[in-house]
Amino acid sequence: MSRVVVGPFNRVEGDLEVHLDVEEGIVVAAEVAVPLYRGFEQILVGRPFEDALVLAPRICGICSVSQSLAVARAISAFSGVVPTDNGHRATALAHAAENVADHLTHFYLFFMPDFARASYAGEAWHAAIADRFAAVKGRAARDVLPARARLLETMGLIAGKWPHSLAFRAGGTTRALDLGEIMRLRAILADVRAFAEEVLFGRRLEAIVALETLGDLDAVAAGPGDFAAFLRLSAALGLHELGRGPGLVMSFGAYPGVGPGGGDVFARGTLDTGTGARAPLAIDRIVEDPARSWLAGEAGPPARATSEPDIEREGAYSWAKAPRYGGRTVEVGALARQLVDGSALASALVAPSGATHVAGRVVMRLVETARVLLAMEGWVDALERGAPFCAEGAMPTDGSGVGLVEAARGSLGHWMTVRGGRITRYQIIAPTTWNFSPRDAAGRPGPLEGALEGIAVGAEGARSVAVQHVVRSFDPCMVCTAH
Amino acid sequence: MPDERFSVLWLQAGSCGGCTMAVLEHGARGIFAELETFGIELIWHPSLSEETGEEARDILAAVERGDRRLDALVIEGSILMGPGGTGRCQILAGTGRTMVDWVTSLSARAGVVVAVGSCAAYGGIPRADPDPAEATGLQFDGADRGGALGAGFRSTTGLPVVAVAGCAPHPGWIVETLVALARGDLGASDLDGAGRPKFFADHLAHHGCSRNEFYEFKASAERASDRGCLMEHLGCKATQAVGDCNQRVWNGSGSCTDGGYACIGCTSPDFETARGFLATPKIAGIPVGLPLDMPKAWFMALAALSKSATPRRVRLNAIADHVVVPPGRAKRGGGEGGET
Repeated sequence: MSRVVVGPFNRVEGDLEVHLDVEEGIVVAAEVAVPLYRGFEQILVGRPFEDALVLAPRICGICSVSQSLAVARAISAFSGVVPTDNGHRATALAHAAENVADHLTHFYLFFMPDFARASYAGEAWHAAIADRFAAVKGRAARDVLPARARLLETMGLIAGKWPHSLAFRAGGTTRALDLGEIMRLRAILADVRAFAEEVLFGRRLEAIVALETLGDLDAVAAGPGDFAAFLRLSAALGLHELGRGPGLVMSFGAYPGVGPGGGDVFARGTLDTGTGARAPLAIDRIVEDPARSWLAGEAGPPARATSEPDIEREGAYSWAKAPRYGGRTVEVGALARQLVDGSALASALVAPSGATHVAGRVVMRLVETARVLLAMEGWVDALERGAPFCAEGAMPTDGSGVGLVEAARGSLGHWMTVRGGRITRYQIIAPTTWNFSPRDAAGRPGPLEGALEGIAVGAEGARSVAVQHVVRSFDPCMVCTAH
Repeated sequence: MPDERFSVLWLQAGSCGGCTMAVLEHGARGIFAELETFGIELIWHPSLSEETGEEARDILAAVERGDRRLDALVIEGSILMGPGGTGRCQILAGTGRTMVDWVTSLSARAGVVVAVGSCAAYGGIPRADPDPAEATGLQFDGADRGGALGAGFRSTTGLPVVAVAGCAPHPGWIVETLVALARGDLGASDLDGAGRPKFFADHLAHHGCSRNEFYEFKASAERASDRGCLMEHLGCKATQAVGDCNQRVWNGSGSCTDGGYACIGCTSPDFETARGFLATPKIAGIPVGLPLDMPKAWFMALAALSKSATPRRVRLNAIADHVVVPPGRAKRGGGEGGET
C-alpha cells in the first residue's frame, strides 16, 4: 500500500489537502485535511452580539450573505425580532443571487475545467470541451463572468455591495427599494434569465424545472447548451457511478418567509437515500467531535462546545471537527436540499444506486439554479411599495439562539449565547464541515472520505482526474469548514 | 523569445477568498479578458487555475528557484504566525510548509509584492482580539510597520508592499493597481503612508455619500433602514476612513452607506479592533470619532448651527425608510429643492 498526498487541491474555495491510501491502483482509505484555522469563534466571544453581523460574514467571501443570515437568524431566535414581509423578500433575493452566483462559479470555473485536462486528450469530445471550459482561457468564462456580475448587481440595490455586507438584520434589510429600483431588479433578472436559457440550459427555465425522469434528462442531453454538454460527458464517463454519498442527506430549509403560507421555499428535514425514509429536522441530534482535529475537547452539542487549538493532539489531521447527526455522517448541498424538498428528478437520480453521486450533485445544482431564478421573479413581483423593509424591536441582553441557513453548499448553523449584551459562546458548523468532515472517535470516515474509497486511480495516483471530479462535485468551501 | 507578459502569482493566505470573489466581478468582458488585454499572465491562482497538486507545486518551486520570472506576487489573506509562532495555523496544502514560509521565500523573488485586502495589508479581521492565529499583515502589523516581511522589505524592483486595503476592496482598486504596476505606472510615490495606492486612498469614504445633505444638517438616522446620516448614532466612520467608495459604484449601483449601513473603516489598519461597530461611541452625547482634520470645537459649533437650521423635509426624511417629504417645487422659474 502507498500513501499519496494531493495538494494544494485547487479550484475549491480555500485550502484543501487529501491523503489517499492506494492498494493495487484502488483507493482503500482517504483522509481529508483542512490546513487553515483563523479562530473566528474565539474572536466573537466577548463582543457586543451585533458585532457578529460585521465579523461572521468575513469567515467566507463566497457565501458571506449566508453567514450574515445565520447571525441575523440567531439574533431573531433570541430576540423575537423577525423580518417584515418586504424584509423577507429582499433577504431572499440577495441570498438567492449569492447562491446562484455560487452555483455558476462552481460549474464554470471550478468543476468543468477538469474535463479540459490533458488526461482526456484522447477522447473525441476533448477539443471542443477544452475550447469552451479550459481554466482561465476557455470561452465559457467570457459568457459567465459578465452574467455573474450582472446577477450580483442585485447586491448593489439590496445590500450595498458583495461580498461582506451589513445590510442583513434580524428585522430584514437596511435599504428600502422604490419603484425604479424594483424595475432595475426585474431588468437584472431578465438578463440573467437570458444567459441561463441561451447559454447554460439551451431551453426555457420552465422546461428545466419540469424535468422529472432520467429520460427527460436524456432528451436535454441531446440539445444545445452547457448543461447538455455536461450531461453527455457524465454519461460517457459514468459520473453517476462515482463519488457515492453516505446515505443520509439533510436540509435546514431555504428561503424562509417567502414560501407557501409564509414558510420555507425548500423544505427542511432529513432523508435516507437508501431506504427513502424521511424525518423532520431535530437539531438537538447534532454533535461535533474533535477526536481527529487539532482542537481540544470532547464530542458534544455545538451549543456547549468550544474551539481551542491543540496542535499536538494525537491522531489529529484536520482543523475541522466531525459533525454527526444522530451519530451518522451527513451529506448536504443542492442535491440533498432538492431530495429533502421532494424533487422527482433528484429522487430519480439517486434511485438506481440508493446513494448520491457526482452526476446528481452537478445536475441538481443547475436545476436548482433554474428553480431559484424563477422564484426570484416572483419575489420581486411580491415587493410592496411603501411597506417597511426592516423591523425594529427591543433587543434582550441575555439569551441564546440558533441561526439555520441553507447556503449554496448546504446546511449552515450558528449557535450563539449572549449574556449582558455580549457573546459568551459562539459555534459554527458550515456545510463543508459536514461533507469534508474528518473521522470521529469511532473511526467513521466523513462523507468525502467515504466517497473516495474504491476509486480506481490506477497508475495516475495523485494525478487521478476521477479524484478531482469527486472532490469538486461537493463544491467545497474550505474557508468556512474550519473557520 | 522571452515572455513579455507581466506574470502574477496569486496565493491565498489566511483569507476568506472574498478578494478573489470581488475580482471576478470586474470587467465588462470578464476579468480574464481584461487581464489579457493588459498583458497580465496569471501563472497560478488557487481558485482559478487548472494546475493542481504536483503541477501547482512545480510552478511554486520554479519561481522559488528563480527559474521562472515573477513580476508580481499577490497575497490575499492574513499571514498566520500561530500557534505559538509556529505558523501551523496554515500549511500550504501538499507542501508540508507553512504559508508564512512560502510567502517570505517567494517575496524575495517578486518584482513587486501586492497585499490584496486589509488582511494581507495589515492583519485584518483574523487579527481581532484575542488574535487566535497570531495574524499579521505583510509589511504592517495593524498600524505598526513590520509584519511578516519586515519594515525594511523592498521587492526586487525596490518597492515596499503595495497595500490594496479594504474588506473586500473594490474590484477596481485591485485591477487598476495591477494594471498600473504592469505598465510601470505605479511607483513608491504613488503610495500613502500605509502603503495604499493614493488613487483611492487620497479620498474619504464620505466623499460623494448619497446621505450628504443629511450630514450637512446633522439629520441623523435612528434605526437601520432610515435614510438619514449614519454618523451620529449608527457607527458610521466614513468621515475618517480612506477610499473613493462613494465616488464609484459597487455591484452596479451600491456602496456601504448607500446600502443603509455604517462604514466600518475597513481600509484602515486596526479597523478590526473596534467594538460595537453598529453604534457610535459618545462622551456626554457627543460622538468620539469626529472628522480627523477639523477642530472639534468648530465641528460642534457648526453641527449645532446646522441642526437648528434643518429643513422639515430633511428632518423627517432622515427618520423614514423612503422619502416622506419631497423637495418643494418652485412656483415659477428658478430651481427646485427648497422647502415648501
